Amino acid sequence: MAVTIPYFAALTTYFSYGLLFVFGHLRDFFRGFTRSDSTPPEGYAPLCRDFEDFYTRRLYHRIQDCFNRPIASAPNAWIDVIERYSNDNNKTLHRTEKTRHCLNLGSYNYLGFAAQDEYCTPRVIETLDKFAISTCASRAEGGTTSVHEELEALIADFVGKPAALTYGMGFATNSTTLPSLMGKGCLIISDSLNHSSIVAGARGSGAKVTVFQHNIPEHLEEVLRQAIADGQPRTHRPWKKIMVIVEGIYSMEGELCRLKEIVAVTKKYKAYLYLDEAHSIGAIGKSGKGICELQGVDPANVDIMMGTFTKSFGSCGGYIAGSKELIQYLKSVSPGHLYATAMSPPAVQQVISALRLIRGEDGTDRGARKLAQVRENSNFFREELRKMGCEVLGDADSPVMPVMLYNPAKIPAFNRECFKRNVAVVTVAFPATPLLLSRARVCISAAHTREDLVRGLEVISEVSDMVKLKYMPPEEEVDAHLKEKRL
Amino acid sequence: MASKLVDSVVAFLDEPFDAVILGVKIDGHLLVEAVLIAAIVFLLMQKSYQPEKKPLTQNEIDQLCEEWVPESLHPPIREEMKIKDPVLESAAGPHTTVDGKEVLNLASANYLGLVGHPKIKEACEATLNKYGVGACGPRGFYGTIDVHLDLEAKIAQFLKTPDSILYSYGLATVASAIPAFCKRGDLLIADEGVHWGIQNGLYLSRSTVKLFKHNDMKHLESLLEEVMREDKRKKKALVRRFIVVEAIYQNSGQMTPLDEVVRLKEKYKFRVLVDESHSLGVLGKTGRGITEHFKIPVEKVDILTAAMGYALGSAGGFCTGSAKVVDHQRLSGAGYCFSASIPPYLASGSIAAIEIIEDNPDLLVNLRRNIITFRKCLSSIHELVVSGHEFSPVIFLQLKKPVSPSADAAILQKIADQMLEESVLVTVSRRSILDKCKLPVGLRLTVSAAHTEEELHAAAASLQRSVQSILQKQ
Repeated sequence: MAVTIPYFAALTTYFSYGLLFVFGHLRDFFRGFTRSDSTPPEGYAPLCRDFEDFYTRRLYHRIQDCFNRPIASAPNAWIDVIERYSNDNNKTLHRTEKTRHCLNLGSYNYLGFAAQDEYCTPRVIETLDKFAISTCASRAEGGTTSVHEELEALIADFVGKPAALTYGMGFATNSTTLPSLMGKGCLIISDSLNHSSIVAGARGSGAKVTVFQHNIPEHLEEVLRQAIADGQPRTHRPWKKIMVIVEGIYSMEGELCRLKEIVAVTKKYKAYLYLDEAHSIGAIGKSGKGICELQGVDPANVDIMMGTFTKSFGSCGGYIAGSKELIQYLKSVSPGHLYATAMSPPAVQQVISALRLIRGEDGTDRGARKLAQVRENSNFFREELRKMGCEVLGDADSPVMPVMLYNPAKIPAFNRECFKRNVAVVTVAFPATPLLLSRARVCISAAHTREDLVRGLEVISEVSDMVKLKYMPPEEEVDAHLKEKRL
Repeated sequence: MASKLVDSVVAFLDEPFDAVILGVKIDGHLLVEAVLIAAIVFLLMQKSYQPEKKPLTQNEIDQLCEEWVPESLHPPIREEMKIKDPVLESAAGPHTTVDGKEVLNLASANYLGLVGHPKIKEACEATLNKYGVGACGPRGFYGTIDVHLDLEAKIAQFLKTPDSILYSYGLATVASAIPAFCKRGDLLIADEGVHWGIQNGLYLSRSTVKLFKHNDMKHLESLLEEVMREDKRKKKALVRRFIVVEAIYQNSGQMTPLDEVVRLKEKYKFRVLVDESHSLGVLGKTGRGITEHFKIPVEKVDILTAAMGYALGSAGGFCTGSAKVVDHQRLSGAGYCFSASIPPYLASGSIAAIEIIEDNPDLLVNLRRNIITFRKCLSSIHELVVSGHEFSPVIFLQLKKPVSPSADAAILQKIADQMLEESVLVTVSRRSILDKCKLPVGLRLTVSAAHTEEELHAAAASLQRSVQSILQKQ
């Protein structure tokens, strides 16, 4: 879905950034006369060149208080946000003792496993007692424990693949696996909005990387055909192998991958498919099995299934699932397996317990209810936001929903006003999004009650009126307009 | 005949025309010149010859796509890839359980014996009860929990630096820190034996990378000298220049002579990045790492990184240095911005670990004594070469009579298997094919402060027996 920015918003956004840049440069110019401490010693190049941290100094610092807000509670439906103050115009922020109890619309706590849980926490503490917090060794060199093996068997079975391998960090799962599989003479075709970890992994692999337009299988096909026909650049030798990388839910767009069509394309052109389910595993699909289940795609058609435990499972780390041979191969080459400290055993146990709960192996339907709840909550919230007239991106069922802000001044305005009214929201700006397309992002959890959501909607509506976010005509007006036409 | 023709042409050209245009008499010369100019213009107007470009037709592309055969996703599984990793059935303390049997653990880098320490356990349990397990978001988006800030402050206070920044994975720490500061055109001079995380950082930065021979300060100096000469000759614009070293090398157990490195970096105006993963809590009188060991003020090291999965008995990593170094990474460190933050209980665990180190200086005494004892025991095994610095808690053993890298690895693996039979867990260092480090692999033994001297003597004896029995069979 392409975002079409309203003409007026585009104009004012450009104007605002223009103004910020002009003033930033003016301030830089005057700083040139006064600064003494920030010049590097003779003979050294500055650690950061002026243009490299211009954005940080002149734009980010102004609204720094909207990001990195520390909290003093579990990242559950309601959080205690620590209030901060600044004595130097927001350049540095200091903690106070005061906290503010806020509705949390920011954490990736889709299934509500962030807080302690009557089923998971006792098991986690039991594992802490038995295995301590670290093995102080890599998985290959004495850091594998029986809980790691248990989780790997469980997650492989859950996603529908023969084997799996876990890593201690989601980011590193991508950034160490991709270099293990791809190399010189290989081609990686990546969705244009893929996560930074995929970009790091793809670049680290040394393979040629090209992108296709976000979530457009037709363009992927075009890129693939052209790539196969052209072969490698300069030598024109045929590519050794081609890998297409997509995500289940795009975290900045809230969109679901058009997996069925993409699978058809990759099958047709014999490319391998790497699916990153960081946000979708556990969050969507009837039994939480992610995008494949939701769209009715056989996991056998996806060569490599990657996902993280940070989001739905409320833990840390990531996994790669695939054929037995693939996992065997990765165990012998992947730096994340050979060199990095193994995933912490209590965190492993958290995922095991959460998975068992989702599958109903605890003997209750709590897991199933959580899954139903997150879907219902997400669809309710999205619908209400739309009705309100906000410009909401993303697809139904996705628990991630960005609300477009556009103008840079609206980023802190929206954030601070919501915070004043005890709602913690995430606002995202450049470089995580294109310069013009700043947005607020709401992540819905199964832990939210209907009252929580209604309260959140009230505040968002009030603040949206205040900062003029209702770019779309409200639903009733559309209806009235249609009626008029029919008459 | 011919001369007659020439004469008549000359006569024709010389004969003046009657025509006068705009006061200019038009004669034969002008006529010829006009014709020539017309010819030149005509030729210039012609397209130069180019073979006709025919893009592939859809049918041809279809055919090419049809014919293309990709390689398999991964190379075939060879026999040596099928190593079964040992599976621990209890905590990776000085003793652990493998296959239902209690074994002495010489594989975990639990240098100070903090794995399973009651104080750490208590801190973690309290955090787990209060905050749950995961942070459910990156630091920017409500993933910053107060214990993260406490740990950052604790590290800074422990190492006497202004501030520090946490990463959720040791391996990703350097791999993010280097590209945050070095871009295309900058210069990095690194030791050839650095671990993969550093190699990855060097590569991702797109900077110019030069490697010096492992722990060879003469070679480093000659490279620096070369750079300086080059700079003088070309009068290049100033670029950021770093020397990258590990305090104790993960791949060899050697210690970098930091005093020498600092002298060189100051002489040649480089900055220095030191990875202290294996030296933090190991070197120095109070465990503050290699700067304390060499009595060098920590400010001399521009960027200091370390993984917390070794002596601190936790997981994750951190980077510290000047306020600017830390601040810049909060928006530019890829592994910081784009990854969920470290689980709060691991942060609490690290805080507790640092407090333990501060309160128990005898841990370091024990560790040092154990290292010396164990090295001494091992040196009596004549079939093996003991390598690494005398203070290094990670000890590498190589065959005295090497055959070939792969054959050596197979023999060493057999020795490790044999030792496991005798209830001692050791591992053979394994190297990924992605790893550019060419140092020889070896039997890797780690010493902990929690081992007793008798245990270490027994382990050395077991190694002696295993080596003899395996080598005899060869």
